[in-house]
Amino acid sequence: MSTQPQYKDLEPDEAYAFKLEDLEEDEMILNMGPQHPSTHGVLRIELKTDGEIVKDAQPHIGYLHRNFEKHAENIDYQGIIPFTDRLDYVGSMGNSLSFAFVGEKLMGIEVNERVQSIRVLTAELQRIASHLLALGTYGLDIGAFTPFLHAFREREKVLDLFEWLCGARLLYNFNWIGGVSHDLPDQWTDRVKVFLDQFEPVIDELHNLLSYNKIFTKRTATIGIIPPELAIGYALTGPNLRGSGIKWDTRKEDPYCGYEKYAFDVPVGQGRFGPIGSCWDRYYVRVEEMRQSVRILRQAIEKLPTEGDVHETVPKRVKPKPGEVYARTEAPRGELGFYIVSDGGLIPMRVKARSPCFVAMSIFREIAKGEMIADMVAIIGSLDIVLGEIDR
Amino acid sequence: MGLQRPALEAKISNLLSIPVVAGAAGALVVCALLPQIAELIREQLSANFSPTMAKLAATAIGVGAVVFLITQLPIFLIWWERKIAAHIQDRLGPMRVGWHGVLQSFADGLKLLFKEDIIADGADRFLFKLAPFLVVMGAFSAFAVLPWADGLVISDLNIGVLYVIAITSFGAIGILMAGWASNNKYALYGGMRSAAQMVSYEIPTAIIILSVVVQVGSLNLQDIIAAQQGGFGDFQNWFIFRAWGLNVIGFVSFFICGLAETNRNPFDIPEAESELVAGYHTEYSGMRFALFFLAEYGAMFFVAGVAVVLFLGGWSGPVFSGPLVFFLKILAIVFVQMWIRWTLPRLRVDQMMALCWKYLIPIAFVVLMGAAVLQASGG
Repeated sequence: MSTQPQYKDLEPDEAYAFKLEDLEEDEMILNMGPQHPSTHGVLRIELKTDGEIVKDAQPHIGYLHRNFEKHAENIDYQGIIPFTDRLDYVGSMGNSLSFAFVGEKLMGIEVNERVQSIRVLTAELQRIASHLLALGTYGLDIGAFTPFLHAFREREKVLDLFEWLCGARLLYNFNWIGGVSHDLPDQWTDRVKVFLDQFEPVIDELHNLLSYNKIFTKRTATIGIIPPELAIGYALTGPNLRGSGIKWDTRKEDPYCGYEKYAFDVPVGQGRFGPIGSCWDRYYVRVEEMRQSVRILRQAIEKLPTEGDVHETVPKRVKPKPGEVYARTEAPRGELGFYIVSDGGLIPMRVKARSPCFVAMSIFREIAKGEMIADMVAIIGSLDIVLGEIDR
Repeated sequence: MGLQRPALEAKISNLLSIPVVAGAAGALVVCALLPQIAELIREQLSANFSPTMAKLAATAIGVGAVVFLITQLPIFLIWWERKIAAHIQDRLGPMRVGWHGVLQSFADGLKLLFKEDIIADGADRFLFKLAPFLVVMGAFSAFAVLPWADGLVISDLNIGVLYVIAITSFGAIGILMAGWASNNKYALYGGMRSAAQMVSYEIPTAIIILSVVVQVGSLNLQDIIAAQQGGFGDFQNWFIFRAWGLNVIGFVSFFICGLAETNRNPFDIPEAESELVAGYHTEYSGMRFALFFLAEYGAMFFVAGVAVVLFLGGWSGPVFSGPLVFFLKILAIVFVQMWIRWTLPRLRVDQMMALCWKYLIPIAFVVLMGAAVLQASGG
């Protein structure tokens, strides 16, 4: 018998909280969140500080827990899609795409080319919108207000396109198992082209406004260093992994939706203003990814098949055979995968989401130690977490 | 009837903005005619009262006028800043309350006035209440030596420059007090940061002011302005154009220090809203919060005013002189302050310290010594 208090005997927060009696002289516990302007949601971080220096940082999550996985065990497959939208609520298209993709794998459905192209179009537009939000709020975290509104101006245009497509601006319920909810409206792709033409120069504008700003690089390029080994060790994915200089993109390595047909590069962090894997590298990877998304979108519009019914393969009833399946897609924040176990019924027996933000959050304590209070905000922002996905 | 409610509201707010805009225009006219008005008042006073009483009354009127200016100025400055920010950010800013939102500040002020005055449990109530007044006092009393025209200054101190240096650091006490009394860790951090920042940036500020004093040979602000009069177009003799560019370095350094002293971006570290929620005024609400705001805008205006006096000729402007020129020059500098605020990110606290101790203070010393050498060699 160990004398350690058992986990079940303690309140969850208590088990991980810093103890006052453990503090050394001059140390103080600072509670950051869950109501704090820049924790990107309801994240609570306990900081053990010595003046401005952070000795230790312990994140506490769960303030936005909505029981997604348990819900999913009680709802039929198509009904889960709207719930997946609410995981990463600023990248909804990516979530429902991932779940629909896994569901199709479970059912053994092959969607037609047009559906695949539409999914690529929406997923890449969503990536642009999501990255714009991430970059804008990152500027806000560092103290620059203006890039935030410039980024949101562009994001609005993407949301307008989505609204035209499926009537919703944030939570779309667009990707169904076996198809998508709406076919593209007339001239929608033309409008996307117009958007892309005016959006591409905006990326350079963002670089001029924020990326190469001396204060910005000084604030971000030397903090929150994730060396490549550490990034792999913590199973980071998406821009957080690529920021550490590792060329890994699910769209390239494990293509889905016909991503192998499109030519695009995978930008990685180069360590231009400091060590590789810094906050600035992760930020820069996101900016360059938007450029690649624009490239993919142009090709997707070019190659969009004119024939094909988007509801062609949508099953009347989703009742897969018993079995289990895992598949992953590249959501804006990294590799999003769903693991579904089916017992052959109308509702899944078990659904597990592998969410990139939850994984990214786990590295926070490691890289936050020894930095300053102002850097906490910069690190959280550079990991680009969305609490809806962490807490689920 | 007839009019729909929103249209009626728009009509009313547009009508209400007429006196505000007219008032602002009137204020500019008064500003232009201030020397004549002051002369008139002085004549009347000396005709009706004994000399001591006349002087006392003249001072009282001056103080009243300046206090009126400082309390009304933020109404304009806040609206102006919101408009500048909006246009930098590709939006319109306040448009609903009055013509182009000119009544917005009044609405905000009214809201703050009616808000509940909250004092947190565990706060040091006396210090908590005292702190905003100290901050406002520091910001307001600084205006006593700011000269508006020849002979138009509340207190023509011989040691005006020393007074300026002393009184601008007064606000740090209030801010530190606010941070401590709030019994809030974020406020405490804000207060500590602010104290460290203001104390550090006092040094280069003072040294650069001294470099101008060396060139003039007087600590009186009126003398400093008098030394800059004349020359081509009445601006050739401004200190910024003298000493072969040395004073340009001085001016830029002073401007940067001014930003830091008034806690403006990129030095708004004490109230960094993304790190410390709101810094030292986290726990303040209602009118007490408004007082901090008032002090911030007052300090901004004052620092710009000192910069104008030291380097840009004060009230003796290009072509014609007077309070209006002084006012417009200050507004130009305030505009640059706002422009910077809405463009640049925020420094980290150690970088802010490094900038001060590693760069600004050595630069300030170089400027001071250069000025002394030039002065000694008759330059």
